[in-house]
Amino acid sequence: MPKIGVFVCWCGSNIAGTVDVEAVSEAMKTVPGVVFSTNYQYMCSAAGQKMIADAIHEYHLDGIVVASCSPRMHENTFRKTAQAAGLNPYMVEIANIREQCSWIHKDKEEGTRKAIVLAKAAVAKLLHNQPLQAGTSAVTKRCLVIGGGIAGIQTALDVANAGYEVDIVEQRPTIGGRMAQLDKTFPTLDCSACILTPKMVEAAQNEKIRIISYAKVEKVEGFVGNFRATIRKKARFIDENKCTGCSLCMQKCPSKKGRDEFNMEMNNRPAIYIPFAQAIPNVAVIDPEQCIKLKSGKCGLCEKVCSAGAINYQQKDELLEREYGAIVVATGFRPMDPSPLNELGYAENKDVITSLELERLMNAAGPTKGTLLRPSDLKHPREIVFIQCVGSRCDENTNRGKPYCSKICCMYTAKHAMLIRDKYPDTNVHVFYIDVRTPGKNFDEFYRRAVEQYGVDYIKGMVGKVAREGDKLMVRGSDLINNRQVEIAADLVVLATAIEPDPSARSIGTMLTASMDTNDFFTEAHAKLRPVESPTAGIFLSGVAQGPKDVPETVAQASAAASKVIGLLAKDHLVTNPCVALSDELLCNGCSQCEKVCPYGAITYENREVRGPGVREVRRVARVNPAVCQGCGACTVTCPSGAMDLKGFTNQQIMAEVDAICL
Amino acid sequence: MIYSYYPGCTLKDRARQLDLYARASAAALGLELKELTQWQCCGAVYPAASDDIASRLSAVRALMNTEEKKLVTMCSACHHVLKRTNFDWKQDATFRTRATNYLQPEVPYDGSVEVVHFLELLRDEIGFDELKKKVVNPLTGRKIGAFYGCLLLRPSKVLSFDDPENPTIMENFIRALGAEPVSYPYRNECCGAYVAMEDQKSAQTQVERALNSAVAAGCEELITACPLCMYNLVENATVHRLPVKYFTELLAEALGVKEA
Repeated sequence: MPKIGVFVCWCGSNIAGTVDVEAVSEAMKTVPGVVFSTNYQYMCSAAGQKMIADAIHEYHLDGIVVASCSPRMHENTFRKTAQAAGLNPYMVEIANIREQCSWIHKDKEEGTRKAIVLAKAAVAKLLHNQPLQAGTSAVTKRCLVIGGGIAGIQTALDVANAGYEVDIVEQRPTIGGRMAQLDKTFPTLDCSACILTPKMVEAAQNEKIRIISYAKVEKVEGFVGNFRATIRKKARFIDENKCTGCSLCMQKCPSKKGRDEFNMEMNNRPAIYIPFAQAIPNVAVIDPEQCIKLKSGKCGLCEKVCSAGAINYQQKDELLEREYGAIVVATGFRPMDPSPLNELGYAENKDVITSLELERLMNAAGPTKGTLLRPSDLKHPREIVFIQCVGSRCDENTNRGKPYCSKICCMYTAKHAMLIRDKYPDTNVHVFYIDVRTPGKNFDEFYRRAVEQYGVDYIKGMVGKVAREGDKLMVRGSDLINNRQVEIAADLVVLATAIEPDPSARSIGTMLTASMDTNDFFTEAHAKLRPVESPTAGIFLSGVAQGPKDVPETVAQASAAASKVIGLLAKDHLVTNPCVALSDELLCNGCSQCEKVCPYGAITYENREVRGPGVREVRRVARVNPAVCQGCGACTVTCPSGAMDLKGFTNQQIMAEVDAICL
Repeated sequence: MIYSYYPGCTLKDRARQLDLYARASAAALGLELKELTQWQCCGAVYPAASDDIASRLSAVRALMNTEEKKLVTMCSACHHVLKRTNFDWKQDATFRTRATNYLQPEVPYDGSVEVVHFLELLRDEIGFDELKKKVVNPLTGRKIGAFYGCLLLRPSKVLSFDDPENPTIMENFIRALGAEPVSYPYRNECCGAYVAMEDQKSAQTQVERALNSAVAAGCEELITACPLCMYNLVENATVHRLPVKYFTELLAEALGVKEA
């Protein structure tokens, strides 16, 4: 029988407060196989680890059980301790008597009883453990960045500057994302395009970066260090290598009814277009829904005027297959559609607009060339009402919006209010708010300037109704500080709508098996300590895809994600997890169930000669690729004949644990 | 199909037309409204705002005396009280126990009755498309606005009548009768009836706001389901004035049973 040592941790008072650790280590001494059992204040400390190493040597232990915190915390620590002491690291088992015992119990007697049971189960499992050897896999030294906004651009630049290849896959015809649509950025009020476009150019000029625009990632296979992605490059009906971006085609195009997405659909654009002047790539694209030639075969004007011969009406979607070592999700956000909030009248009134629409109305390249005119009659608005938290901070049960704070709205509303008061001092600006949240460097100073220097009228309270009366919008709300109802006859109403993840995020998350929260933001591997990594190995998070944030925060996170990518790509090999599935060919009946459930494509079927007692024949059997298998165990529970097993978590081991707990 | 019917006391007095036209129309549509053999005043909204049990007992009694599966209401206020009391009965065990202790009924109320407003009945049981087919005098060319008031719509989760911010049921009803529905922003506001006695000026402000909004949108007449709104929109109108009718009068007119 193997010789087993048991080490019970107090974790200060975390465990010892609710579990009688002395009683646990005493009880374990009588368990068959256990030749040594002790307890100590902090097993993970250097002294605790030395205690383990000494016991391994002194008692010639074949395996150890550490009864302590969750294996997610210190399993690795103790495996290394055991390995250093000459033990196979997979001969270590953790009994989680903290998260699954002491923290959830109040009664010490009950907690102690359960801790003993959990430790016994770990011993029972360990008696069936086999030493395992980890293998290695190579790393493809290229990174895929999904999304070409400021987050994706920054991550790509940092990774490329460290010497690695990067592909940016952007769904729109140009990179730049939401930041390209902004007029000014808070709190310094510098022009957004002026600071973004140099970065876009830098990305385009960096020879390590390949920008694949107007494209989407369709399929991802493989695992950390060895991803294989299929990318669909949509037909833009333009030869990207020939188009010079002269925009003559745009002027001649007779179809002018396409909605200008870049200007939040507030004006029309031709069927052939370049989204904005500084677009990258600076190449036109044809909207097949609007193009007369593509719809009816007639026209062809753009082809005639294009001196570069770049127009190609026959162009088809193109599929690219590329290999990557790491994938960064930088899918960004969009503003929530406020139409369902009927009381605010967004759908009925042209002069009720969102903040992003206002950005375009104030931008020199926008539909009004930067003069603030309201959409309905192109008159100067003299009375403007801003409404904050539209769709943010909502009760989840009402289906009226998001439960979270969108974080950036207080600041951009203060920015808008200040810019309007600065440029049009004869215009009154009112802001309805629940709270003004301005934590951030120079943020509160900025907001106070809006109030104190620019005389913006901040009203604490929400708006109950926006209704048209003549050419005015009557805004009724409450003023909680003065305890009264207020009514403002406004010319323009601006809604600070919640931001929500880009709708592409959900399918990308599913494709990457990267977990998301209920709001479709990507979740981090650890909320505090691993904020830029997904729990899925090799997937990294950049920008608003992970949660609402402003530009500086996005850039910081993008660079942090890049540093994690660089750390991964710098390795030539990765140590693989030896706890992978293994199929017993004698038991396998060739049903293919395991192949269907495997999320990693690690199982294939092949005809092999099977030899056993009284058997010698060629059969169709499952085979696991240990380099691809992630050890999730889905196949083992699916296999109807019991042929599939998971090393380190064999059926025998699990049953031994269950028996130890239940019998 | 047979429905239990709770008219409410106003419909026996000031709002008699609301009741008479409803009965005539229901008959024309083949709906049998069977008035409860015993009923009392619903308590008219005040009880729902307090935690006093006694003032809500008459509503419970009405629910208890309902023989059919559905109890049809006509007046917005009665509907509001009965629907909310029924909701609380299902949700709130304390209310249930206390009310049962007060009433000491032979058979305890099992909460199975569904309170339905006559408009909901027209929409869900008859269907506005079907209703349109039964119209004999289409009200062609009339521009009619609906005044919902507050009681039918809120609290929206409990009443679950229509979208509280952008209701459409009465507009669809008007359209089914052949008239042109006119939507205006203030159709779902409180008419001010509840302060009309102590603060007539506030009530007048509310009414003027609604009427101004309706006139600006092009309404030529208004309909309502609420005797309180009816009183207020007529009696407390100051600047703008519009003819106001109960929705049932309009229905009877379109179905050709108004004079019957």
